[in-house]
Amino acid sequence: MDIHVALAPEHLGTFFGIPVTNSLVMGWIVVAILLTVGFFVGRNVRLIPGKVQNFFEMIFEFVIDYMESTLGSRALAIKYFPLIMSIFLFIVTANLLDFFPFIGSIGIQHEGHFVPLLRPMNTDLNVTLALAIIAFFVIEITGIIMLGFLRYGSKFVNLKQGVMGFMVGIMELIGNLARLVSFSFRLFGNIFAGEILIAVAIAFLPLFLPVPLMLFETFVGVMQAAIFALLTLAFIKIAISEPHESH
Amino acid sequence: MDAEAAKTLGMAIVVGLGVIGPGIGIGIVVGKALEAIGRNPEASGTITTTMFIGVALTEALAIFALVIGFILKFT
Repeated sequence: MDIHVALAPEHLGTFFGIPVTNSLVMGWIVVAILLTVGFFVGRNVRLIPGKVQNFFEMIFEFVIDYMESTLGSRALAIKYFPLIMSIFLFIVTANLLDFFPFIGSIGIQHEGHFVPLLRPMNTDLNVTLALAIIAFFVIEITGIIMLGFLRYGSKFVNLKQGVMGFMVGIMELIGNLARLVSFSFRLFGNIFAGEILIAVAIAFLPLFLPVPLMLFETFVGVMQAAIFALLTLAFIKIAISEPHESH
Repeated sequence: MDAEAAKTLGMAIVVGLGVIGPGIGIGIVVGKALEAIGRNPEASGTITTTMFIGVALTEALAIFALVIGFILKFT
């Protein structure tokens, strides 16, 4: 059974000294799609919405209402809406593009082996780690701005409640840092495992088996995008909640 | 046992053992969420989204095992 698995994305060349990988090209395609759709939808905003505008307004309203009920205030929800929605749209567009026929099949011959020009964006750990770092810094900086440095810090270095309180604070600190790992590996692992699953299915039963699996992986892709955005929101909520005082 | 066989065996063991815990965990999470929906069907929307967060956090552990398996096998 011949299954080609590459954990790291392949280099296509360099651009002004910056290495260009096939997942980077895919990332720019996703950005281009989002910019184009955003430009054409945003240009035609009317008071009486058309079908396309109605569709986007419905989604945005649902998300903003959900954020309001989570964060507890409309102003906060509007403040964080651009970030959460951008994360969701970026990941979901990339994941929906994963199974288009030209991805992974069009490529060049490089030093005797085949290098695909496009690779699903989230099967590159660099992309998911970058997203995780963005989410991480937004969460921590939100906590510091909303609570103040000392009060936010008192969640992690807790000297008032004895040894037990101190240990709980340290655990909280480690848990916060571990979010970087869990955010990035969750998205990367899910999408990458899906790709491998389909590669195995193609090796076993090329005609019929991959189709339901692709359907399932598309669902997983949308789900993971939603979960990335939802978890960012939930962690922002945790970051802005008051530290536990001794009662 | 040569290195290639050890790698394959390592991946099989790490994935097999790594999914036991998360499997039990997701079962408990979804079961409790269904119980909650059964008690209070009006709150099913909130419960479902919260359940998905819990499922995602639990499932991440299985994915860690899977990623470590891939790293063992393919690097």
